[in-house]
Amino acid sequence: MDYFNFLAFGVYPYLAGSVFLIGSWIRFDREQYGWTSSSSQLLSSSGLRLSSNLFHIGIIGIFFGHLFGLLSPYALWQTISLSSLGKQNIAMYGGGFLGILCLIGGGMLWWRRVTNPRIRAAGRGSDLFILSWLLITLMLGLGTTFATAQHAAHGSADTMMAMAQWAKSIVLFGPKPELVAETELIFRLHLIFGMTVFLLFPFTRLVHIWSAPIGYLGRAYQIVRTNRATAH
Amino acid sequence: MSQILKRLTYFKRERTSFSGEHGILTTDDRAWEDSYRQRQQHDKIVRSTHGVNCTGGCSWKIYVKNGLVTWEIQQTDYPRTRPDMPNHEPRGCPRGASYSWYLYSANRLKYPLIRGRLLRLWRKAREQHGDPVTAWGSIVEDPDKGKEYKSKRGMGGFVRGDWEEVTELVAAANVYTIKKYGPDRVAGFSPIPAMSMISYAAGTRYLSLIGGVCLSFYDWYCDLPPASPQTWGEQTDVPESADWYNSAFIIMWGSNVPQTRSPDAHFMTEVRYRGTKTVVVSPDYSEGSKFADIWLHPKQGTDAAVAMAMGHVILREWHLDGTSEYFDSYVRQYTDMPMLVKLEKQNGRWVPGRYLRASDFSDGLGQKNNPEWKTIALEEGSDDFVLPHGSIGFRWGEDRKRKGRWNLEPKDARDGKERKLRLTLLDKHDDAVPVAFPYFGGGEQASKHWSHTQHEAILERVVPVRKITLADGEEALVTTVFDLSCANYGLDRGLGGENVAADFDDDLPYTPAWQERITGVPRDRLITVARQFAENAHKTHGKSMVIIGAGMNHWYHMDMNYRGVINMLMMCGCIGQSGGGWAHYVGQEKLRPQTGWLPLAFALDWARPPRQMNSTSFFYMHSSQWRYEKLKISEILSPLADPAQFTGSVVDYNVRAERMGWLPSAPQLSRNPLEIVRDATAAGVDPKEYVVQGLKDGSLGFASEDPDAPNNYPRNIFIWRSNLLGASGKGHEYFLKYFMGAESQHGVLGLDLGKDEGEVKPEEVVWRERAVEGKLDLMCTLDFRMSTTCLYSDVVLPTATWYEKDDLNTTDMHPFIHPLSKAVDPAWESRSDWDIYKTIARKFSEVTQGHLGVEKDIVTVPILHDSPGELAQPLDVKEWKKGECEPIPGKTMPNLAVIERDYPNTYRKFTSLGPLMDTLGNGGKGITWKTEEEVQKLGALNKTVDIEGVSQGRPRIDSPIDACETILMLAPETNGEVAVKAWAALSKITGRDHTHLARPKQDEKIRFRDLLAQPRKIISSPTWSGLESEHVSYNAGYTNVHELIPWRTLSGRQQFYQDHPWMRGFGEDLCVYKPPVDTKTIAPIKGHHPNGNPEIVLNFITPHQKWGIHSTYTDNLIMLTLSRGGPIIWMSEVDAKKADIEDNDWIEAYNINGAITARSVVSQRIPEGMAMMYHAQEKLVHTPGSEMTGRRGGIHNSVTRTVLKPTHMIGGYAQLSWGFNYYGTVGSNRDEFIIVRRMDKVDWLAGAPRHILTKVEGE
Repeated sequence: MDYFNFLAFGVYPYLAGSVFLIGSWIRFDREQYGWTSSSSQLLSSSGLRLSSNLFHIGIIGIFFGHLFGLLSPYALWQTISLSSLGKQNIAMYGGGFLGILCLIGGGMLWWRRVTNPRIRAAGRGSDLFILSWLLITLMLGLGTTFATAQHAAHGSADTMMAMAQWAKSIVLFGPKPELVAETELIFRLHLIFGMTVFLLFPFTRLVHIWSAPIGYLGRAYQIVRTNRATAH
Repeated sequence: MSQILKRLTYFKRERTSFSGEHGILTTDDRAWEDSYRQRQQHDKIVRSTHGVNCTGGCSWKIYVKNGLVTWEIQQTDYPRTRPDMPNHEPRGCPRGASYSWYLYSANRLKYPLIRGRLLRLWRKAREQHGDPVTAWGSIVEDPDKGKEYKSKRGMGGFVRGDWEEVTELVAAANVYTIKKYGPDRVAGFSPIPAMSMISYAAGTRYLSLIGGVCLSFYDWYCDLPPASPQTWGEQTDVPESADWYNSAFIIMWGSNVPQTRSPDAHFMTEVRYRGTKTVVVSPDYSEGSKFADIWLHPKQGTDAAVAMAMGHVILREWHLDGTSEYFDSYVRQYTDMPMLVKLEKQNGRWVPGRYLRASDFSDGLGQKNNPEWKTIALEEGSDDFVLPHGSIGFRWGEDRKRKGRWNLEPKDARDGKERKLRLTLLDKHDDAVPVAFPYFGGGEQASKHWSHTQHEAILERVVPVRKITLADGEEALVTTVFDLSCANYGLDRGLGGENVAADFDDDLPYTPAWQERITGVPRDRLITVARQFAENAHKTHGKSMVIIGAGMNHWYHMDMNYRGVINMLMMCGCIGQSGGGWAHYVGQEKLRPQTGWLPLAFALDWARPPRQMNSTSFFYMHSSQWRYEKLKISEILSPLADPAQFTGSVVDYNVRAERMGWLPSAPQLSRNPLEIVRDATAAGVDPKEYVVQGLKDGSLGFASEDPDAPNNYPRNIFIWRSNLLGASGKGHEYFLKYFMGAESQHGVLGLDLGKDEGEVKPEEVVWRERAVEGKLDLMCTLDFRMSTTCLYSDVVLPTATWYEKDDLNTTDMHPFIHPLSKAVDPAWESRSDWDIYKTIARKFSEVTQGHLGVEKDIVTVPILHDSPGELAQPLDVKEWKKGECEPIPGKTMPNLAVIERDYPNTYRKFTSLGPLMDTLGNGGKGITWKTEEEVQKLGALNKTVDIEGVSQGRPRIDSPIDACETILMLAPETNGEVAVKAWAALSKITGRDHTHLARPKQDEKIRFRDLLAQPRKIISSPTWSGLESEHVSYNAGYTNVHELIPWRTLSGRQQFYQDHPWMRGFGEDLCVYKPPVDTKTIAPIKGHHPNGNPEIVLNFITPHQKWGIHSTYTDNLIMLTLSRGGPIIWMSEVDAKKADIEDNDWIEAYNINGAITARSVVSQRIPEGMAMMYHAQEKLVHTPGSEMTGRRGGIHNSVTRTVLKPTHMIGGYAQLSWGFNYYGTVGSNRDEFIIVRRMDKVDWLAGAPRHILTKVEGE
């Protein structure tokens, strides 16, 4: 294994993850007023219902797909009698479908951001940059499905298994970069781009993901604050 | 603590729930709230106000934090009213509350700006010539160089300038212009001094010191109601809004109180709880209309017909068939109704002539002083003539040793015995003859957009008369104004004859049935209102009030609208009574300490008289709008007048008026006045005689006789506190073309008289085939924001905002004087107006070296109202130019005055109070008093100048606060001692002691810092006709009625009748209905330039807006967010449908004057046939290009053009004499029509413009 792969898949994940976590923390502490999704809906809402929903449904689906696909223990699949090939098929078709939704929606958003004069004038460079980055990552990810399809045609789920092993090794602080060092280039490119999303995360509007109002699903109807004098 | 860690307290968190599980009490961190609390924390609160032309005059608290203004809120510490009345506060509105936005907005002017091309030329010339004045001359005398920057006006191209360099350029331009063309070729425009008196005075003080021209505003804005000077000899005087609360019946007529008088509206809504009835007369369903118990909605522009019909009902029910002792005694004592009028024979018909005068009797009734100016009445119950006290002849030139007789005591001036004046001759007449009255509603002269009736143009009605023999042996028929009025209103009095109605349902002018056809108001509703109005006034002794507004005043025939209403009020004894009267609130911000302010503002302490000019005629002339005049005199002349006596174009009347000393001129004569005096002195002739001789032999003329000659137009103009081009500039596109020379910017679409076959050219004015484009060499604007006017200027100087300067503010809406004050220093490089003009004055004094020294200047002054000269031309109109009389200054032509101008000492004079205050004293409105004592006290307060020179030992006026103290010290309204002196001065003329009105406040002296503590109520003074006391609210005419001080009119009374020959010539001797005039702006262009969408024609109405005060606030994002965010035009659903327009469509409105682009507001509020564009929506916000012109869509005035009215030019005749902002031509604008259509392509002019019109029609 060469130095590059070690750096990219052994060190870079921790670098990206650290920037992601510590950066988010610092930004949340220091720049509360900038903690926003920077929605441009107010400037132009036409077509946004379709594009934004496609994009968000796609990307949330992909996110959880990756999360479960890469990090859930192998034993879990066995208990539900899911073969590795079966799981690979789910990843391919499910991920492919969601990826295409996300690509259509994201493409529309990108086009809107580039052509709509009001949004172009009001939007920040980082908005367009992170959207473009996500789309490239997404397209690389979609590109991997073709490679995966070929593996599947040969009855192999090894690459997918290696990826999951690698992801777990990273999370468990026992990095095994050699697991992915030999995979096709497109997989590795996708990984690098994907990890970079985490690196960029605190510097962009993506921070709004932290604040997804999931609590609203189960909150009480009325929330009353205590008097400040007595609260402290 | 870290924000995140604070949130990670899941297990520690207390959760108290209530209402089952529906609610929880959290102990979440609340520190985030602090930032919002800190937003409201502040270091200090400072009192200031908004120096804006809304007449609100609201005191505000300005909150300052870390040296920045953070926000403002309404002050609530006005002195209390009385126990039975609501207090004034809260005063303010959302417009004012959003003002602090301007201070730090992108639109704020931060540095001096100068047109880049001009700066390049200047630097080059400066390098080449060294001397700045010579350098300026080298630029403006070279046509190519001039064009290089003039033609780019309005195209951007500003660069940041340096104060020293830019003010030197301005000063050099002034010096050069004075030297080469004359000081009257430098002009300045700034409106409404009351909104920030010191800022106004700064500019006019500078201009007056150098001999420049100060331009009027009240008439130009068309806020001046000429009916007020005509009827009362008073510019405008109105009740304070608190007096609405004393009223028992309020008509809001063409005034949208809750929208445009927001801080005052509460008095109106509050008094309704006391049972006061409110009637609204407004063609649209305005905000005010929803407060109406009865809403009358006449066709717009026909209000005079409504008022005439109401007058018809009131006269019939309360003066003829029924009686009211109160009304009867009121009209006898306080109006001209008992005065006798001579009838004249014209074309075989009797017509009303002039008032009978003492001079008509063999011995002048024993009157040696002014017998031609003393009116006559008959005694009730006898046949004796009475020479009543109070006519204007008693005001001037009387023997000062005898007791004054200029008062309204019902006495004969000859023997001092009480006499009751006879109102009517009906019960005792020698004869009853048919007298002819003009009728203008017949449709022959009028536009087709209004409904007409088929009555004859001349209506004869029988009037009872007396026969008398005059001094010259003439057998004359006389009658009273009351009898003439009854005939004029078409009332049958049993004398037989035609054209008089016995029944309200008769179809004769001016019955309720007749008006129904013209106005559309149901007769029964009109009769109800008229009846209740009068009945209430009868029972309450005059507590019926009409709040009247621009909706009435902005029409060409506004005098008729107003006089119709004023007549109703006079018939019912409402004028001068608390809770009653005429409440005209149109741009009338009352400059309460006026007489203290005048010396400061017009440098009367150093030289008198100042040069003042009526703007309407000035701009009409110099933006070459006269070259496009389509209104012919024959269209407005009375059918009874002899057309041979009324020839020429409208501009001819203005020129004649200037020559006869009626109207002022600017520039004044056809040569440099400095040069005139030099030549006269060289020839050893008195300069005045030299001028008279020159005028007589034609070697000298008035500049207006040839306004396109190189020496005859203004060269430099200062504009400050104003958005002339974005708001008031009627004929906006003509301004751009001719005044500014912005050749690629203007959108004039019509032809001038030279190119239009069949149009008549003026008689008195030289017609040059090519008019000058770009008359101004320098346009210098002072503002705090980038307004439309700034965009077209050459030099833009950043001024302090209303929170960054010390100044004074008063209004007619409340009786308090209060300050603007410096909450923070002027931001960036801005300076207060006072400091800016001080800087310019300093630079000016420096650069005069080698060019101007101590010079002599000859000034022409028209015959002024409230001066002895107003008794100039008593019986008829004579023109010296035609050889009908000799040119005598001050009598048959303007007065002449030679004034010394010590140019190098301009700065010294600017910053100190001059010696004329000691030698000539101070005064106003016809009275004067000594003021040495105040000057001395001011010297002690402000300290005196210790530098050797012209100003040594004089009180200092260095800072704006010094200037405030000067005003406060000199004005009777703020210095009780002066008030007593002023009342004493008046007492001498009236023969009655009035000093009791100010004695209780004699020791009171208001200082600037008192005002910072709390607004102060002013002290009653004879400058005004109302009182400020603990017992009554301010109401106009109150002292006339209760102190028997005459109105400043010919008869000394309120006048139903106007006997000047021109008033009779134009059929306005008595009030009549006149439909709007035809401006002829549609036919030449309609349908000629299709864009594929249907075109409709609508009447163009430009009322005051809801989200701005004129153009101020219409560029303020907060206000823009509340409305539609850009220019809008309202129209009715019916019209919108016809034109295939939907709400919020882009539409274009145009006529031959120019084009506007805006979005449509389609609303049920608007009646069919009318479009409404809130006026002065800035063209610099969200305005696309016009499809017609390819240029940026204009402002509301892009489709209007100034049209003058000859009766407003009358002068030298008692109350019909000129005064600055008192009388004169006005800029009406509502008779205009527009073509409206949906825009096909909306072009933001990012690339090359596309437009339909390739050349002007017919060119």
